[in-house]
Amino acid sequence: MSAFENKKIIIIGDRDGVPGPAIEECIKTVPGTEVVFSATECFV
Amino acid sequence: MKFPIVKGAGYVLVNTPDMLVHNGSTQTTEKLTNPDSEYLKGLAEHIRTFDDVVAYLPNQVYIGNLHPEKLKEYDMPWFDKESPIKERFGKYGEIMPQDEFIGLMKMADAFDLVKLEKKFAAEVKQKLQRHPLFDETDIEKIKEGLGIEEITKQIDEHHAEGIYMDGKVVGCVKRAHDIDINLNAHTMFENIVVKASGALALRNLIAKNGLDPASIEYVIECSEEACGDINQRGGGNFAKAIAEMAGAVNATGSDTRGFCAAPTHALINASALVQAGVYENVVIVAGGATAKLGMNGKDHVKKGYPVLEDVLGGFAIMISQNDGTSPVIRTDLVGRHTVGTGSSPQAVITSLITAPLDKGNLKITDIDKYSVEMQNPDITKPAGAGDVPTSNYKMIGALGVKRKEIDRKDLMSFVEEHGLPGWAPTQGHIPSGVPYVGFAIDDMADGKIDKAMIVGKGSLFLGRMTNLFDGVSVIMEKNTGMEEKESVSKEEIKKLIAEAMRGFAETLTDE
Repeated sequence: MSAFENKKIIIIGDRDGVPGPAIEECIKTVPGTEVVFSATECFV
Repeated sequence: MKFPIVKGAGYVLVNTPDMLVHNGSTQTTEKLTNPDSEYLKGLAEHIRTFDDVVAYLPNQVYIGNLHPEKLKEYDMPWFDKESPIKERFGKYGEIMPQDEFIGLMKMADAFDLVKLEKKFAAEVKQKLQRHPLFDETDIEKIKEGLGIEEITKQIDEHHAEGIYMDGKVVGCVKRAHDIDINLNAHTMFENIVVKASGALALRNLIAKNGLDPASIEYVIECSEEACGDINQRGGGNFAKAIAEMAGAVNATGSDTRGFCAAPTHALINASALVQAGVYENVVIVAGGATAKLGMNGKDHVKKGYPVLEDVLGGFAIMISQNDGTSPVIRTDLVGRHTVGTGSSPQAVITSLITAPLDKGNLKITDIDKYSVEMQNPDITKPAGAGDVPTSNYKMIGALGVKRKEIDRKDLMSFVEEHGLPGWAPTQGHIPSGVPYVGFAIDDMADGKIDKAMIVGKGSLFLGRMTNLFDGVSVIMEKNTGMEEKESVSKEEIKKLIAEAMRGFAETLTDE
C-alpha cells in the first residue's frame, strides 16, 4: 500500500527537479488520492 | 550554411551591500511584514566587505580571472576560502564597488531623477576619474549634487527611494510621475540599475575585446525588468538606452523577455539576424536584478554564512558574421521546449538536449561542455535548493544512460567531464546558460573543447499567465576556419552533367 493512498495531496514541484504536473501524473496512479494543490516553483 | 560567430563576451558584477538591505525583495518584504525581526536586526553582521567580495572564488571566475574548473580544487563552502587571484578587474570584465555604481546610476539618469548628496557626488567623481572606462564627459553627468536635507525631504515627503552607502543616505531616486505606478521611485530605481549595470557590461565587452562601438548595429536586452508607463508597462526599450550609454551610435535594438531563458533566446535571435544578413554585429546584453539581492539571505544568516547574494550581475556578448576563427553558433542545432513538450524531466531534457543533438547526428557525449543553469551552489545549497548545475547534469546523463550512450556506472564521470561547477550569482537570467560563453571562446581557441551547448530555462509560471515553463538551447562549436561552400542541389548536379554530356556529344558530332 502506498503512503499516499486515500490522501489529499499538496504538490510543490521544482523547475530544475521534478515539476508539479509530472508528480501529479504519478500520484494519479495511486488509488483514492485527490490532488488539492499542485504548483511548480522556481527555487533560484 | 555560413554560421554566425561569437566575437566576444563581457561579464560584470556590482557589489551592492546597501541595496541588498534596502532594495532586495526578501528584505523589503520582511520590513513590511515583520519589521522587528531577528533577521533584520542581525543582517548587518552578515554583510561582506568589498575586498571579501573581490576575493570570493566564484566572483573571480565570473569576471574571467579563474577558470570554472579551478573551483573543483576547493572544498565547499567557498565563502571562507580566498581566491588566489583577488583582482577587481578581470579578463572579461570587472567587479564594481557600490559607490562607483551609484555614480554610474547618475550617469544613466536621463530624466534627472537620481539625486546625490554633494560631498558623496564629489568623492565618486574623483574615484571614477581613475576608472579606465569613463572619461570626463561621462563624469560630468554626475553633476554637483544637493544638500542632504533636500534629499531626505524627497524621501520623507515625495516618495523618493533612498540610495544608501555604509548605512547612510547619500542620495535618492525620485518618482518619475505622481500617480503612475510604473514610473514610481521603486520601479525607476530598479530600471536605472538595469540600465547602468547593462551599460557597464557593454562597455566592458567593447573594451576587453577591442571592439568598435560604432560597428554594433543591433542590441537585444534580455534581463527580467520592464520599463514603460501607465499605458505600456513593458513598452521598453532598455536595449537602445544601454546602446546610447556605450556609444553604439549606429545601433537600435529591442528587449527580449523570457524569465531566465531570455539570454539564450536572445543568443539565438541575434545569431539568426546575423546569419540572415540583416545586421553584421548584434549584441545581447543584460543588467542586474535589484530585487534578487539577498533573496536567500534568511537561510544564509540562519546557517552563519555571509549573505552571499550581494552582487548585481551583468553580461554582454557580440554575435558577428563568420570571421573564420571565432566559435560558430550552430543555428541548425537549436532545442526548444514547446507548448506540447510536457513537464516530465525526461520530456524536458529530450526537447532541450537530445532533439538538437539528433538533428546533428550527435551523441550526448559529443558535447564537451554543457552550460546549463550555472547558479553558484555556495548560495543555493544552504537555502535548500541544492546544487542546480549538478542536478541538471545528472538529468542529462540519465537520458544518456537511457539512450545507451553512457554506461550507468559512468554517470558521475559524465557529470564530472561534461559539466562545470556553478559560479554565477542567483540573479535569474544571469546564471542561465550564458556565463560559460566567454570561457567557451577561450577553451575552443586553446583546443580544450570542440562543442558546448548553451541551455537556458525560464520559470514562466511566475508571471501567472501559464503553468508552463520554458527553455531553449543552442550549440556553440569551434570554427573550422574553412569557408563553408554553398551547397549544390541534386537538380543543379543533373543540369551540370547534362550540359557536360551535351557538350561532349556536340564535339563528337562536329568531328
